[in-house]
Amino acid sequence: MEIQEIIKPENLVYQKTPLLNDDVMHYCPGCSHGVVHKLLAELIEEMDLQEKTIGVAPVGCSVFAYNYIDIDWQEAAHGRAPAVATGIARINPDNFVFTYQGDGDLASIGTAEIMHACNRGENILVIFINNGIYGMTGGQMAPTTLEGMVTSTTPNGRNVDLNGYPMKITNLIAQLPGTSYVTRQSVHTAAAVRKCKRSIKKAIQNVLDKKGTSFVEVVSTCNSGWKMTPVDSNKWMEENMIPYYPLGDMKDTIKGEHSDR
Amino acid sequence: MGEVKLMKGNEVLAEAAIRCGCDGYFGYPITPQSEVMETLMAREPWNETGMVVLQAESEVAAINMVYGAAATGKKVMTSSSSPGISLMSEGISYIAGAELPCLLVNVQRGGPGLGTIQPSQADYFQTVKGGGHGDYKLIVLAPSSVQEMNDFVDLGFELAFKYRNPAMILADGAIGQMMEKVELADSKPRWTKEEVVEKNGSWATTGKPATRKKNIVTSLEMDSGRMEQNNLRFQDKYRKMEENEVRYEAFQCDDAEFILVAFGTCSRVCQKTVEMARAKGLKVGLLRPITLYPFPNKIIKELARKALGFLSIEMSAGQMVEDIKLAVYEAGSNARVDYFGRMGGIIPTPTEVVEALEKIFSWELSYGVKRSY
Amino acid sequence: MTEEMIIAGFGGQGVLSMGKILAYSGIMEDKEVTWFPSYGPEMRGGTANVTVIVSDTRISSPILQEFDTAIILNQQSMDKFEEHVKPGGTLLYDPNGITHPPTRTDINIFKVEATRTAVEMGNPKVFNMIVFGSYLKVRPILSLDNVEKGLQKSLPDRYHNLIPLNLQAIQKGQEIVEDVQLV
Repeated sequence: MEIQEIIKPENLVYQKTPLLNDDVMHYCPGCSHGVVHKLLAELIEEMDLQEKTIGVAPVGCSVFAYNYIDIDWQEAAHGRAPAVATGIARINPDNFVFTYQGDGDLASIGTAEIMHACNRGENILVIFINNGIYGMTGGQMAPTTLEGMVTSTTPNGRNVDLNGYPMKITNLIAQLPGTSYVTRQSVHTAAAVRKCKRSIKKAIQNVLDKKGTSFVEVVSTCNSGWKMTPVDSNKWMEENMIPYYPLGDMKDTIKGEHSDR
Repeated sequence: MGEVKLMKGNEVLAEAAIRCGCDGYFGYPITPQSEVMETLMAREPWNETGMVVLQAESEVAAINMVYGAAATGKKVMTSSSSPGISLMSEGISYIAGAELPCLLVNVQRGGPGLGTIQPSQADYFQTVKGGGHGDYKLIVLAPSSVQEMNDFVDLGFELAFKYRNPAMILADGAIGQMMEKVELADSKPRWTKEEVVEKNGSWATTGKPATRKKNIVTSLEMDSGRMEQNNLRFQDKYRKMEENEVRYEAFQCDDAEFILVAFGTCSRVCQKTVEMARAKGLKVGLLRPITLYPFPNKIIKELARKALGFLSIEMSAGQMVEDIKLAVYEAGSNARVDYFGRMGGIIPTPTEVVEALEKIFSWELSYGVKRSY
Repeated sequence: MTEEMIIAGFGGQGVLSMGKILAYSGIMEDKEVTWFPSYGPEMRGGTANVTVIVSDTRISSPILQEFDTAIILNQQSMDKFEEHVKPGGTLLYDPNGITHPPTRTDINIFKVEATRTAVEMGNPKVFNMIVFGSYLKVRPILSLDNVEKGLQKSLPDRYHNLIPLNLQAIQKGQEIVEDVQLV
């Protein structure tokens, strides 16, 4: 079949959502960010939320998230996205506000802000990309870096006596009465992507229904930082990250009510 | 005439915010300004005007809530005192860099460090010279009475939106804790959603309709050329403020040989000093900067042509005095510029200031001419 | 007319609220007023003082070294403020707990047995209003009508039933204040 034949509209089997624009992404090939961006953009389109959505971008690899999805955005200072989102959501409760944060942003410099926003039960969605490393600044240790894992600031592997333990912050978040839906997902297989999309959709619906804070961790790869091929990264993640950060829902309730898990 | 009440400066800030149609306040308790949020929480303005009031987990969070809420094009504010403002400085830099309007209040206490809860003016440099990182300016209003605490809330918002720039009310613990007669403004309604879109829809995160491009509120620009252009645009804006927004009060300056320069609480002290000095036959006047940025250089240059000396009276180790020296230098005048002040939460008394004036300018007082060096 | 005064005593004696009622009464008389307290930890049980200025014209410094009038309600305040009364000015004090009475001869000194009288009236809380009454007797800068209005304005509605009692205490203070002649 000729290429002109293939790209006829009637032969279309997949189309990128128009909310995801044509800008070339700065993410490395194989990075999980692009997939999660796509899921968000698709859901905002499918749920007809473009005019209501305000995204809050973090500092980290996804600092330029605002370049790719066609909604109003605000760029936060490092770690402060949950406070920024609180300001937006409180002043405009009819908007759908989400933060998109990495592990350094959310679980290191921004622990106070994420804990308190979740504890207040702000009606926001938090997307938490956990790849166990600082990607943007060149592969330094993150709070979620696994024990023994090599990074540029743990060249001999993370030593827990020196650096403390990899932080399971999502488990802490699930303990807070302000959160409604807390889950840990991944996007490394087609099945995982579909499952992750269902989780994000549920989380968005919770926010629209004002059930409290919804929190979706996505265990991710950073093949550049991990110094592996994308395929090897996925394998390494399955063998090392997911056993320490097991996937699945941790909490599904309404803020103030006890978790059913 | 509006409603007349006896109120504390801090309480008035809260009342004025509600009445001027403020949409939101985010803050964290710190002495000596905690009455601002306490008054708001007791008034429950969300029932009356829909204004949001939230106690944040820290000053860092509070200023970032302001940053988020201000980006939506609404009128939002915070207040704090010196150590809290230091914590907020990063966020203030972001707000200035993203060109967002908002109102900040610093009811200063003495530093450095935890310092004292008593009044101070030692955050002058922090406020008018930057505070956070990068080349930015705040519009800085210095109230000297409880009435001005009221008036500057509305004025602060007006200027902040006029220039899309954060404005700060730089008060001190004395004005915050003092009660005076105040005439409150009549209430204005908050902007409707439509008004916000009409006024600020070109830049604010109001939610992207099909009819416009997405709005991105950010201070980030990786391209150096474009970042320089941003900075040049900011500087243009600051020059416009310097041309149009200088505010000051000159008190008995017309025939004055000696000019006291003081703002806020110190200007009140100096008003009495002028009366006392005049009673002694000394030709003393008072220049009270109302805007600390933009600073009233022009009038200082004019006064420098005939004055023998300027004395900056501050509750600090002498900060504003540097700006006075610059203005006098630019005027080509050899009028002498000196400083007297107290620190640690102590307010100079009018008697002390008269004594300082007589001591510092003893030569000029004896010979009636400028001392040359 | 400008009256610059300091009211000083212990926290809990009603020093700040007396100043507030005075200031509100001044507003009722269309005057400018400033009420400037010492603030900080000492508010909680230690010494408390407040500067009150009532004037026909714009008020300048809230920070003063000399006062037209000092109302002194404990020994610490006597030690601190007696010397800061302007020559020809007024010092009003309650002798309760005062071990070193004022000695200056260039000022007008008055005393009021307010603590004792408040106990006699069966309500120690009216103490500050007795002192206020004495002040109004020796420095009649405000009319009683406006003082009553000032009380209404400065007391929350739930305490308005106490206004007659407060006015009675003010009346009592006016009656019992004594001129102290130091020769």
